[in-house]
Amino acid sequence: MAFRDGPFQDLKLPLTLAVVAATVVAILAALVLLVADRRAALAVSGFSSARNAVARGLAPAGEVLEAPVRWAGDGIEAIGGYFFAVSENRRLKARIRDLETWRDEAVALRNVNERYEALLKLKTDPPAPFVAARSVLDVRGPFANARVLDAGAAAGVQVGDPVMSENGLVGRIVGVVPHASRVLMLTDVESRTPVLVDRTNARALLTGDGGPNPRLEYIRGQDPVKEGDVLLTSGDGGVFPRGLPVGVVAKDLRGAWRARLYSDLTPIDYVRILLFQDFAASVDPAALSATAVPPLTAAEEADRALALAKATARPPKPSSPAAQTPPKAAPQSTPAPTPAPSAAVNSLAAPTP
Amino acid sequence: MIRKRPKPVQRPGWILWPMLASLAATVVLMTPVRVEGLRLPEPVFPMVLAFAWAVIRPSVVGPFALLATGLFLDLVWGAPLGLWGLALLLAYGGAVVSRGLVTGRGTLMLSIWYLVLTLIAFTGAYITTMLRAHVAPYLPSVLWQLLATLALFPLAQRMIAFFEDAEIRSW
Repeated sequence: MAFRDGPFQDLKLPLTLAVVAATVVAILAALVLLVADRRAALAVSGFSSARNAVARGLAPAGEVLEAPVRWAGDGIEAIGGYFFAVSENRRLKARIRDLETWRDEAVALRNVNERYEALLKLKTDPPAPFVAARSVLDVRGPFANARVLDAGAAAGVQVGDPVMSENGLVGRIVGVVPHASRVLMLTDVESRTPVLVDRTNARALLTGDGGPNPRLEYIRGQDPVKEGDVLLTSGDGGVFPRGLPVGVVAKDLRGAWRARLYSDLTPIDYVRILLFQDFAASVDPAALSATAVPPLTAAEEADRALALAKATARPPKPSSPAAQTPPKAAPQSTPAPTPAPSAAVNSLAAPTP
Repeated sequence: MIRKRPKPVQRPGWILWPMLASLAATVVLMTPVRVEGLRLPEPVFPMVLAFAWAVIRPSVVGPFALLATGLFLDLVWGAPLGLWGLALLLAYGGAVVSRGLVTGRGTLMLSIWYLVLTLIAFTGAYITTMLRAHVAPYLPSVLWQLLATLALFPLAQRMIAFFEDAEIRSW
């Protein structure tokens, strides 16, 4: 039924005026949605269920659309492999020779490193298990950079898990449904990733801006970075584990530092989702911020008993009103009986078995 | 002798079908294809609707259909909800207000009009993103998407020609 045939058929309004009014109302609705949506809050977003529903619906369509592309790519690779097998074999042999040197060096360094870790009782991140997934849809505009993967909550994927290609870090999971998940790419305008410069250990914040090379902001230290430096995740904040390869530092035309991402070297088709438990999620913030007075040592306990005995043995002065008030120092030195927070702090400081 | 007025052509769904077609095209272009480092362009297909609907006939349904289209784009692309709805509605509002000046002009005038409205929509999206994310989006990427959207002008022109003289009472 046409709009004008309905109950509004007798309503007389200048058409343009009515349309402008409707446009203003729709613009206001869009503004209200913009204000209400808090995408940066990730899991606590009020609209995340709608996004997840769309991802769930689009993932199968993406798989169908992506299949011919994948078949074509596999076919081209197979043909190339057949015709260039000899040169590929020569190249791979040279690479093996090169990598053998690195392997020997890595084995020696790992040995030394393990000894240092044991000597220093250093707490290191345990290796995170991962799930393999395929990218089925790709958003690459300047205002949003995301991908839909074909693995979700059914495979153990959670919001916040880091995603890596074979070359380096790609982004992190921001939405999960049973068989699909959405990745916020490092290049998205809302992506912020704490990184470190491998050479100087300087910290910076990798900030996406919709372009292929995210910016490096808040770089600390004097002359902390130069072109070609390797960037790794710093692990600050606990969102990412420390040491995931991110890219190399480059300078743009305006002289600002940017990152040339490793993950951009090849097409992102198959990825690894690291099932990494965010450090912040495993710790009770209330327990961390609770303050407990440490227990007294044996010597302090003896001093305290002596002071109490002296105070009680002193004869009272009836003329002085101050002597009638109880001593103030004694209750303050009594340790607060709060075993739970101190236990939580102690368990944090204890080395990993 | 009184000349009989020709009966208008019946064209079903001047709002619904183009809307669905633009959304389907958006999803198809989300396919992850990369050849020699180049990826598929990502034009804003509903920009064609924002322009053509205003030119064909201003309608009270149009703004709300555009809002729904924009929301779908936001959900699919993972953008903040309301971003593309706002951008498209700014273009649509501009087109409705300036309609009397440009309707009936030639292709060149229409294309300039489309360019201006697309610029308005992208400026709205750019400023909104900048205010929200506290980061200015990378300009070459914005220009690349703008160019891809401008390349859709022939589609808008074709849609206008298809529906302009038709009976478009039904959605």
